[in-house]
Amino acid sequence: MSEAPSTRIAIVGAGPAGIRAAAALVDAGLHPVVIDEGQRAGGQIYRRPPDGFVRTPEHLYGSEAAKARALHAVFDRLAADGRLTHCTGSSVIAVQAGRLHVLGEGGVQMIFYDRLILATGASDRVAPVPGWQSAGVYSLGAAQIALKAQGVALGRRIVLMGSGPLLSLVGAQLVKAGADVAAVLDTSPWDQQMRGLWKLAARPFVALRGLALRARLGGRYHAGVSLEKIEADGQGVTAMRWRDAGGRQRLTPCDTIGMGWHLRAETHLADLAGCAFTYDEQWRQWLPMTDRMGRAGNGVYLAGDGVRLLGADGAEIAGRLAASACLADLGFPAPSTAVDLRELARLERFAHGLACAFPWPAAMVRALPDAAIACRCENVTAGEVRQSLDFGGGEANRVKSLSRVGMGRCQGRYCQLAAVELAAAHAGCTPDAVGRFRGQAPARPAPVDAFLRKG
Amino acid sequence: MITTGRIVRLAEHDRAGVHFFFDGQIRRALEGDTVLTAMLASGHALRMSEFGPEPRAGFCLMGACQDCWVWQEEGPRLRACTTLIAEGMRLRTTPPENWP
Repeated sequence: MSEAPSTRIAIVGAGPAGIRAAAALVDAGLHPVVIDEGQRAGGQIYRRPPDGFVRTPEHLYGSEAAKARALHAVFDRLAADGRLTHCTGSSVIAVQAGRLHVLGEGGVQMIFYDRLILATGASDRVAPVPGWQSAGVYSLGAAQIALKAQGVALGRRIVLMGSGPLLSLVGAQLVKAGADVAAVLDTSPWDQQMRGLWKLAARPFVALRGLALRARLGGRYHAGVSLEKIEADGQGVTAMRWRDAGGRQRLTPCDTIGMGWHLRAETHLADLAGCAFTYDEQWRQWLPMTDRMGRAGNGVYLAGDGVRLLGADGAEIAGRLAASACLADLGFPAPSTAVDLRELARLERFAHGLACAFPWPAAMVRALPDAAIACRCENVTAGEVRQSLDFGGGEANRVKSLSRVGMGRCQGRYCQLAAVELAAAHAGCTPDAVGRFRGQAPARPAPVDAFLRKG
Repeated sequence: MITTGRIVRLAEHDRAGVHFFFDGQIRRALEGDTVLTAMLASGHALRMSEFGPEPRAGFCLMGACQDCWVWQEEGPRLRACTTLIAEGMRLRTTPPENWP
C-alpha cells in the first residue's frame, strides 16, 4: 500500500453508481465521504419515500425491487457501521482543486479530498414544445418521482409525451396506480423504433419488458406523433394539441403533461472539476471524457449516467469500476474488472439501440416557432435565441450572453440542448460546432447567508 | 375556500395530518409530504413567473430545475420539491409585502 487508509475520497451522489463505488472502497479499508442531495440513499430510480410511507420495494420498483433492496441494504449497513460518512441533504455547489464547497442545512462547508468520484446521474432530456412554460407541465421523471416518493399523481388527467424507455414505463406505472392517463405520445415513428431493435436484443428480457409495459397502455399509446402546442389558461394546462402519424390533428384535454426524450447526463460538477468534454453524436449531447474505467484525470473519476447513459444496471457496474480505478491509482490491490467490463460493453450495445430507436427530436426543435419559449426559467423565446446569432455568431456562450438562454435558475440544464440546436439550425452548422455552455458555480442557488454561517 | 388542488393522492393515505398556511389560509397536508405536494394538493400554483404572466407549479421534482422555490412569510425562500412540510409553515405564492 503506497498511501495510508486515511486517503480522503469524496463521492458525490448516492444512487446506484455512488453506492457501489462506496462499497468497493470500504471493502478495501477506506472511509469515503458520500455527499448526496437526498435524505436517504438510493438516487432517483431507486429513490425511497420519506419515513412513515408503507408501500414495499416490490410495489415501488416492480421488477427491479431486488436490486433496489440490495443497494439500500448495503449502503444503510455501511452508514450504520460508521464505515463511511453520509452527508444527506447536501449539494456540492463548487469544485476547486482538492476542495468541494458543500451547501447543507447549516450553510456552506468545505470538504477536502485527494480523490473525487462523481456519480451525479442524469435528468430528463427535454425539448421545448410551445406552451411548455405553463403550470402543470413536468418532466417524465417528475411524474415518476411524484408517484414513487409521494404516492401522488401530478394531475387529474395526464398526457405523457416524448420518447424513450421512461415514456412507456411511467405511463404503465401511472395507469397501474389508478391515475387517469389520457394519451402517451411518442415522437419516434415505428420504423425508427425498428431500426434500434436489433441492438436492443443485447438485453432481450429488458426489451420484452418494455414491450409488455407498452402493451398495458393499449390505445393510449401513439407512435410517430407531431407535438404542436400545449394549450393553457390562467391556472395552467388545459389540453394537448398534436398530430397523429397519419397527420390528423388531435386535441386531448388534460391538466398535466409529463415530457422527456430519454436522459441528459448531469455534467455540471464534472465541468467545474475541469474534465474534458466531447460531443457524442449518438446521444446528441456533450459528455465528459474518461477511460473505460471512468478515469477523467487529476484524481477525478466519473461513474453512472453522469458520464455514460446506461441506466441503473450500468451505473452499478460503473461505480465499481471507478472505485477499482481509484484503488489501483492509489496503489491498493484492486478487484478484477474483466467481468464488469464485458457486461458494460453489452449494456452499451443496448443503450445504442435505445438512442437509435428513441432519438432526440432535432427537427421539431429546429422548427420551433419564434414566439415559443426556449428557456422556461426566464421565458427567452426561440426568436430571441435566433436573433442573438445575428450579433454574436453561432457560438454557444455568445448565444447565452446575448439572449440569456441558459442563464436562468436551472443554469441551462433544461434548455441547453434545444438552444444549441436552434443556434446550429440558424447558423447552418451542426450542434457540436456551436459548442456547449461553460458551467459556472454555484451549481445550485445558494442564499447569501449560507456563506455567512459556519458549516 | 377551494381546497382541492392539482395533485391527486393515489396511495399512502394513512399518515398524520399537518397544518400549514398557504397565502394566509390554513390548509391540511400529510406528514412526509414535500412542500410541493402539500401546496399542490390544495392549490394550483407554487409561485408566479418573474418573466411572464403564468403561474408555475414545479417541473423536475429532483432539485435540478429550481422552478419550485416558494416564498415564506418570514422571508427566506425554500425549494418545494426537496423540503418536507412542517407544522405551522407559512408559505406564499408571491413575495411577502414587506420584502425589500
